[in-house]
Amino acid sequence: MDFLMLNSSGFPILSTLIFLPLAGALALLAIPGANAQRYWTLLVTGVTAAISLPLYSGFDTSTAKYQFCEHIPWISSLDINYTLGIDGISLLLVLLTTLFMPLCVLGSWKYIETRVREFMICLLLMETSMLGVFMALDFVLFYILWEAMLIPMYLLIAVWGGPRKVYASIKFFLYTLAGSVLLLVAIIALYMSQGTFSIPALMGQNYSPTFQLMVFLAFFLAFAIKVPMFPFHTWLPAAHVEAPTAGSVILASVLLKMGTYGFLRFCLPITPEATHVVLPYVQWLSVAGILYGGFTALAQQDMKKLIAYSSVGHMGFVTLGIFVLNQRGIEGAILQMINHGITTGALFFCVGMMYERTHSRELATAAGVGKFMPIYVTFLAFFSLSSLAFPGTNSFVGEFLILAGSFADNKILTAFAIPGAILAAAYMFRFVQRVIWGGTDNPDHKGLMDLNLREIITLAPLLVGVFWLGLAPEPVMNVMQASVANVLKQVGTASGGVVAVTSLMP
Amino acid sequence: MKIMLFAPEMTLLLGGLALFLLSIGKNTARLARPLALAVALATFAASLYSLRSEGFLFFDSYKIDLFSQVLKLIISGGLACVLLFGKELKDIAEEIRPEYYMFLCLSTLGLIMLVSSVELVTLFIALELSSYSLYLLVPMREERPGLRMQMESAIKYILFGVVATAVMLFGMSYLYGLTGTTYFSGLIPALRTMMDSPAALAGIAMVMGGFFFKLAVFPFHFWVPDVYQGASNETTAFISSVPKVAAVAMLIRIAAMATSEGHHLTSMLAIFAVLSMFYGNLVALVQTDIKRMLGFSGIAHAGYVLLGIVTLQEVGYATSLYYITGYLAMNVAGFLVICTVSQNGENLQISDLSGLHKRSPLMAFTLAVSMFALAGLPPFAGFMGKFMLLTGAYKAGYLPLVIIAAVNTAISIYYYLSVVRVTYAAGGEKSDAINASASAKALSVGLVLLILALGLAPDMLMRLATDAVKSIL
Repeated sequence: MDFLMLNSSGFPILSTLIFLPLAGALALLAIPGANAQRYWTLLVTGVTAAISLPLYSGFDTSTAKYQFCEHIPWISSLDINYTLGIDGISLLLVLLTTLFMPLCVLGSWKYIETRVREFMICLLLMETSMLGVFMALDFVLFYILWEAMLIPMYLLIAVWGGPRKVYASIKFFLYTLAGSVLLLVAIIALYMSQGTFSIPALMGQNYSPTFQLMVFLAFFLAFAIKVPMFPFHTWLPAAHVEAPTAGSVILASVLLKMGTYGFLRFCLPITPEATHVVLPYVQWLSVAGILYGGFTALAQQDMKKLIAYSSVGHMGFVTLGIFVLNQRGIEGAILQMINHGITTGALFFCVGMMYERTHSRELATAAGVGKFMPIYVTFLAFFSLSSLAFPGTNSFVGEFLILAGSFADNKILTAFAIPGAILAAAYMFRFVQRVIWGGTDNPDHKGLMDLNLREIITLAPLLVGVFWLGLAPEPVMNVMQASVANVLKQVGTASGGVVAVTSLMP
Repeated sequence: MKIMLFAPEMTLLLGGLALFLLSIGKNTARLARPLALAVALATFAASLYSLRSEGFLFFDSYKIDLFSQVLKLIISGGLACVLLFGKELKDIAEEIRPEYYMFLCLSTLGLIMLVSSVELVTLFIALELSSYSLYLLVPMREERPGLRMQMESAIKYILFGVVATAVMLFGMSYLYGLTGTTYFSGLIPALRTMMDSPAALAGIAMVMGGFFFKLAVFPFHFWVPDVYQGASNETTAFISSVPKVAAVAMLIRIAAMATSEGHHLTSMLAIFAVLSMFYGNLVALVQTDIKRMLGFSGIAHAGYVLLGIVTLQEVGYATSLYYITGYLAMNVAGFLVICTVSQNGENLQISDLSGLHKRSPLMAFTLAVSMFALAGLPPFAGFMGKFMLLTGAYKAGYLPLVIIAAVNTAISIYYYLSVVRVTYAAGGEKSDAINASASAKALSVGLVLLILALGLAPDMLMRLATDAVKSIL
């Protein structure tokens, strides 16, 4: 157990983060009144966010070991443990989740009017399971939370969703579940091979190449559907379009990251040889996703669909960064995961605010609101710039690192990925132009209210994030360096063929 | 005190007699249900009391051990759950209600005697006691104009049941012919040395056939959809859950006669498991009647349970027991909702459940938990059971079986999810609130907690099941 740094402070901070939202959800059962329920959920998510901050300040950036660990035997007959811990990769995702949830509550304040209690319970259950997925260091615990999360997310779409919610929610559920049943078989296979469910203990073992390939493919199917990578992406636009605002935001900001997190946490360290074997295919799939997402987004009339397809493109950059297997690429990918969470989440909030006013997600209906909603379009413009990776915004740093890493690995591949950045500019500018100025045939927007204080409070932290990470990403980059180097060591040493890693490091 | 060993059976027997007396009296129908419930709870208490007792009865043909007592506890618990469903049977004529409860108790008596039987003839008598009571329960349903489905179902049930019994008897004759004894204590060591003999394998397989029928394993499943549809909702709740527990227990006892050298037997079990899973799940996809759907889902679950038995290992057996106990809880929870929603005991279409969350939030939630658990999603009992079954089967070297079972989970999610979808869908022309009785509400909360507890803390039951299985090997 030398890879765990047990939490010695006496305060089980990770467990608190997991169970506080759960306890909050149970308490909601006893709270009457929709408004009180909203405030209560805001309080619970806010306190969770506050508790999570010391994770950053107390984090030791010099080591790749798992920190703040907790280890309790759970099901002794199968040697399943309740093991939690975070490293440089999961820390940022944990913080992203905790800090986003209060915004999700704020963003659905007016949007959700029916069955507020149930909605808030679903949100809190989502938070519990998402945090658990990022913290779990035991495979069974991970899988339980990974799957359990489907239920509240399904309900979020199926109950509070748009007109085609039935289709979208079932498609979401079936796709993700079908992807992860073989993950369970892979977990069992790993357990039988090593006799443990501990994730760190399963890394760096000498599995036979065939075994690695099988396990990798099972992992890959589950995570590629979650990301979603082209061609497994078809559930995403449907789910995004029909989900309520908070659902879309959670989906884009946190849920998709679970797939890429899975690649980093499981595929690379556990099956390094198989990773090298399938590397070219995954890279080209990523590039296909980047281009496909860009072109499709260019043709959308529905704002949510446009952003959903842009997500496919952005996540293509992330998987590209992961699978170029060098320090810059992976650091860029992790940063881009955070960036995509902030920017796309913010854009979904923006679309949701427009929907609350016009009850339409059509670009044509929202055309030309710039004159009537100046604050709104200011936010929208900045988030759009961030989405297309404009220099000075957060996504620029991430995408630049990814492309730099990929250039060092394969120049032709990079040449094919770069048009994705241009496409992003094309569809985002088209989107912004239509919303702010529109054309000569804009609908009548008289009486449209600009953002109120609650909505500004929802968006403002995200705007701060956009520029903070865009101008000074160092605090975030520092945290992940040791862990990324460790992942590279795990995936590099196994093959012996990859030496480019060390030569690239500054 | 030898009589104390027989306490659970004695309670049920006396209870059955008391119900018989009620049935010949006049205006006694309303007393029948409280009495039956009291009997069920007393049996549960008696099983709990005698959990750790051991001994032999009736010329050693009846064995009290941890295995039998654990199962008696589960079976009597299941009976109590079914009796807690509501205030009164909705679909059964008042004058025959005492008989109905009597046969229900007698059938349970047969089942709890079954799990203690360690001799072929005793086993046969216990099985028939439980089966014949069930055959009689199926046609006990109010006749509706133009609908006499229950009669057809009862005929089908009895015909298939008799054929399965005949197959089993034929198998028993082989076992007796080969070994010269009908006692398990003699059969097990003798048969284990005969694993290369086709007659021994055929005998064991045919004896298993009788329990495949009870458990609804392909190809002994033909009665399931029609009986589920024809019998009243409460009867189906019982048939679909409690006898299956006893069937799994007996399959384990019989499987103990074989060793892993009996390749033909294990491949037969594996093939039946695969066919049950695929057949059950694929046919369930297109059902519109919820009881038929649950029937086909039951066939699929029987296939999952066989994954534990096919390993012929102690852990596999224990997991099968765990799984079927979880299945009992999940299935009873589902039927609880069906019985409560069905106003006059009529059959429910899946579409009749639409908007249930408005009519009764608790029932909708219970149904959703039951469906998600049956589908094998964490954190419910169904997931933990399936996970352990898959682990056991993988350990025993059945990788293809594991993959097929995993794929089947993905197939099955669709029809379970469509029930949840309908339940939480906004529509539904019926908007009248559902008046669930207090006992139904309490039971639904209890079952949801049980399903969660079994899923999150399986250790206790697993240890009990492992100890129980050890006591018969």
